[in-house]
Amino acid sequence: MKNKFGIVLNGLITENPTFVLMLGMCPTLATTTSALNGMGMGLATSFVLICSNLVISLLKNIIPDNVRIPSFIVVIASFVTLLEMIMKAYVPDLYESLGLFIPLIVVNCIVLGRAEAFASKNNPFDSLLDGLGIGLGFTFALTLLGMVREFLGAGTFFGLQVFPEQYGALVFILAPGAFITLAYLLAIMNKIRKVS
Amino acid sequence: MIYITMFIAAVFVNNIVLSQFLGICPFLGVSKKINTAVGMTGAVAFVITLSTLITWLVYTYLLKPFNLDYLQTIAFILIIASLVQLVEIVLKKISPALYQSLGVYLPLISTNCCILGVAILVIQKDYNLLESVVYAFSTACGFGLALILFAGIREQLALLRVPKGMQGMPIALLTAGLLALAFMGFSGIVKL
Repeated sequence: MKNKFGIVLNGLITENPTFVLMLGMCPTLATTTSALNGMGMGLATSFVLICSNLVISLLKNIIPDNVRIPSFIVVIASFVTLLEMIMKAYVPDLYESLGLFIPLIVVNCIVLGRAEAFASKNNPFDSLLDGLGIGLGFTFALTLLGMVREFLGAGTFFGLQVFPEQYGALVFILAPGAFITLAYLLAIMNKIRKVS
Repeated sequence: MIYITMFIAAVFVNNIVLSQFLGICPFLGVSKKINTAVGMTGAVAFVITLSTLITWLVYTYLLKPFNLDYLQTIAFILIIASLVQLVEIVLKKISPALYQSLGVYLPLISTNCCILGVAILVIQKDYNLLESVVYAFSTACGFGLALILFAGIREQLALLRVPKGMQGMPIALLTAGLLALAFMGFSGIVKL
């Protein structure tokens, strides 16, 4: 049991896709203009990650080694298409604000990376847990980044006004703020990791 | 004239890396030396123009008439992945010299989100064939400009003393942030 828990924890902390592995940077920077958007993107990616990990792990003995990367991509792309349809139907606002980055989950290195590194070698249940762990780690990182940017840029916390908007520095919501916020968050994480 | 405006807009105002956040992985990954940055730019420019041309044709003449829009993502990624393979094989045969300089970057390209991103963007923006190709090529130039500038800065950065916590990725991201800030100064030079 402890082992299973370790798989989830590994994705969340030890191999956090954003802060440690530095994978999937495009959606990380682009969709975190607010905490809610970041969380939405994180959850959407987690969904694809969990489903594709499970399916690829089930199919790993059937897929010939030579064509495994294209096969993985097809599996991932199918789930992304599914996700696109679901989001368009049930959360159209979020779908609009994430826009281009929903179809781009296909080329997110995290998803293909986990399929190749974990799901193609482990049993379905472990792969599911790995997808869950990595997905949660990604969601956590995106929400944190979104929270900081939203707070500094618009003075809100998950949409709640904390201080008047005109005191916010708009640059944190625009493109440069994404790079700068992530840079400082990474520096803080590095510091914490060295201390502990 | 419209094509010139489009070119300037894609290179400076809406720079694909610094304001639209596509292709960040190669932007951070292969920007340690100017030489590799130039090689990557060449490979991206070549593949992005070719793939946009083909995906546009497939979408307009195959997916749209048969109401298969929902297959867009799957179809595009498959086209791009196989195109990259094809380019690699053809290049190896026809021009070994070019293959030597671009070869190592080609496999990295299929997971480069700016290729798929641009293919989807031109469909969303309803561009015609010529506009799409011009847009794709300009985007690649913008990508190249940002990448080579960034590589130049990073080469200098390697010689500096940086605070411990900021070493490596954080300082690189901060530099990218400042570069993005500089590119914001271009906004407003052309009306879209």
